[in-house]
Amino acid sequence: MKSTLTIAKRELLGYFASPVAFVFIVIFLLLAGFFTFMVAGFFERGEANLAAFFSWHPWLYLFLVPAVGMRMWSEERRLGTIELLLTMPVTPWQAIVGKFLASWVVVSVALVLTFPVVITVNYLGNPDNGVIFAGYLGSMLMAGSYLAISAMTSAMTRNQVVSFILAVVISLFLILAGFPPVTNLLTSWAPTWLVEGVAAFSVMTHFESIQKGVLDSRDVLYFLSVIAFSLFTTSVIIRAHRAG
Amino acid sequence: MIQVQNLRKQFGPKVAVNGVSFTVEKGEVLGFLGPNGAGKSTSMRMITGFIPPTEGSIKVGTYDMLENPIPAKQLIGYLPENAPSYPDMTVSGFLGFAAEMRGLSGDAKKKAVNRVLEMCFLENVQHQSVETLSKGYRHRTCFAQSIIHDPEVLILDEPTDGLDPNQKHEVRGLIKKMGESKAIIFSTHILEEVEAVCSRAIIIDRGTIVANGTPRDLKMRSEQAGAITVKFVDGEASAARGKVGSVQGVDRVSVISERPLTLRAFPKKNAGSDDVARAIADMAFKEHLPLQGLHVEEGRLDEVFRSITLPDNKAKEETK
Ligand SMILES: Nc1ncnc2c1ncn2[C@@H]1O[C@H](COP(=O)(O)OP(=O)(O)OP(=O)(O)O)[C@@H](O)[C@H]1O
Ligand SMILES: [Mg+2]
Repeated sequence: MKSTLTIAKRELLGYFASPVAFVFIVIFLLLAGFFTFMVAGFFERGEANLAAFFSWHPWLYLFLVPAVGMRMWSEERRLGTIELLLTMPVTPWQAIVGKFLASWVVVSVALVLTFPVVITVNYLGNPDNGVIFAGYLGSMLMAGSYLAISAMTSAMTRNQVVSFILAVVISLFLILAGFPPVTNLLTSWAPTWLVEGVAAFSVMTHFESIQKGVLDSRDVLYFLSVIAFSLFTTSVIIRAHRAG
Repeated sequence: MIQVQNLRKQFGPKVAVNGVSFTVEKGEVLGFLGPNGAGKSTSMRMITGFIPPTEGSIKVGTYDMLENPIPAKQLIGYLPENAPSYPDMTVSGFLGFAAEMRGLSGDAKKKAVNRVLEMCFLENVQHQSVETLSKGYRHRTCFAQSIIHDPEVLILDEPTDGLDPNQKHEVRGLIKKMGESKAIIFSTHILEEVEAVCSRAIIIDRGTIVANGTPRDLKMRSEQAGAITVKFVDGEASAARGKVGSVQGVDRVSVISERPLTLRAFPKKNAGSDDVARAIADMAFKEHLPLQGLHVEEGRLDEVFRSITLPDNKAKEETK
């Protein structure tokens, strides 16, 4: 536990020592603001909720989150510090979790910094703050899932660009499997059970249901299992890589 | 402290390490020698638990590295090849991280960091970030990391690589001193280092141990070991050669140089080098051949190294 925190602390320092964390936070805030207010027309809607804000998160994260996570293990491999890290008295699992938590903190900081939008909507109307909280929770879980996927792809290669692209592709797949334009296309020829089965694998389906304010344990469980599965695969990849 | 048994590592079809066994006790400094690609780093990576062996067992202290890696790793300090470190950290930040990973915190951590900063002469760069350091300083930073918790076992992969001659000297001194109370394995391509520091040396070639002994023992394997070099003030080569050759116990004589006239006498198998040397001195005195120097060769490690690990030599042995 202590080693996990020590590793997380070092990683966090790394994120903030390099411009990665700042660039991510600033770009995320700018884009979130742009999409919410300019594209989705937050004010014009005249609704006291944050649907316009949250609906863009799956797409924003698609490119920004892998950019945060791509260095997680590939950098460690490129520099050879993985040899240092894994010969210290820690289990690979502790290192994987520590690194993952640090990147999750970076993304969460950006998410927390969007609080002015909550203040605005409360100032203008009477929103259901429970739903807004659920939205934030869902967004954070979704970011965590993308990060875990990035951790996995970054363990596959010492090249950060490859790691980034792989993470984007996998995340895109997880979005599209439940993205209405795609599912509609599928329903025209595939049986309903198949379409629904595929959609059940999508972050879209679960994120949207959390956003509605219903904190179904299945949705939370979905994100947690994506995280657990990806991190477990990360450990398998790291072990396989070490074994030669 | 370290027990390695029948270690074997295969990368695909390539066998990098093939049946290596040895032990290192506390108070021993084991030198790891061998040509490039012999399997030194691979062996060290297995001993430190970074990569699992294909076969074989590793015991550090009382712990088995494969079954109980965490306490085993706690006993080890490791300097990997090329001395990796996190470039975005400061030197003291990096050492603090290493200390925390070894379970040190608060005052103990501060003390440990200051101790190694001083030992490795890093005080004046402690606030500099690692990426702005020169290669030698980066190397020393990683070395400092390996001794931060004063480990009982030290595994150093080319610890003096990239250091200036003064620092090489310092690091050798440090290794020798630490070797009195720790079990140390270090690899190097600098043979004088082995003579200066090691209590024992292993030569490894193509994954197998081809020699194992004290530096003195290894030198004795040299063809030259025990030969007597005779240097004359003046004289004529063939005459002097004949006279030295007729001395009791001398097997054969070769001329090293004509001017100054230097000969090398190889004693017969059962003749002691010191006795033969004395006999040669007596002969020179009687024959009025003024000597400038006379000494018994200890043998040379580089010669032994080459004769053991040279590929064509090996091939010849195999065809025999
Ligand atoms: N991950 C790996 N995959 C495949 N082959 C490897 C791997 N690591 C090492 N090898 C091979 O194993 C052999 C031994 O390599 P090793 O690094 O142990 O040599 P070394 O004795 O340390 O050499 P040097 O003196 O150059 O440092 C080499 O032939 C190398 O190509
Ligand atoms: Mg090596």
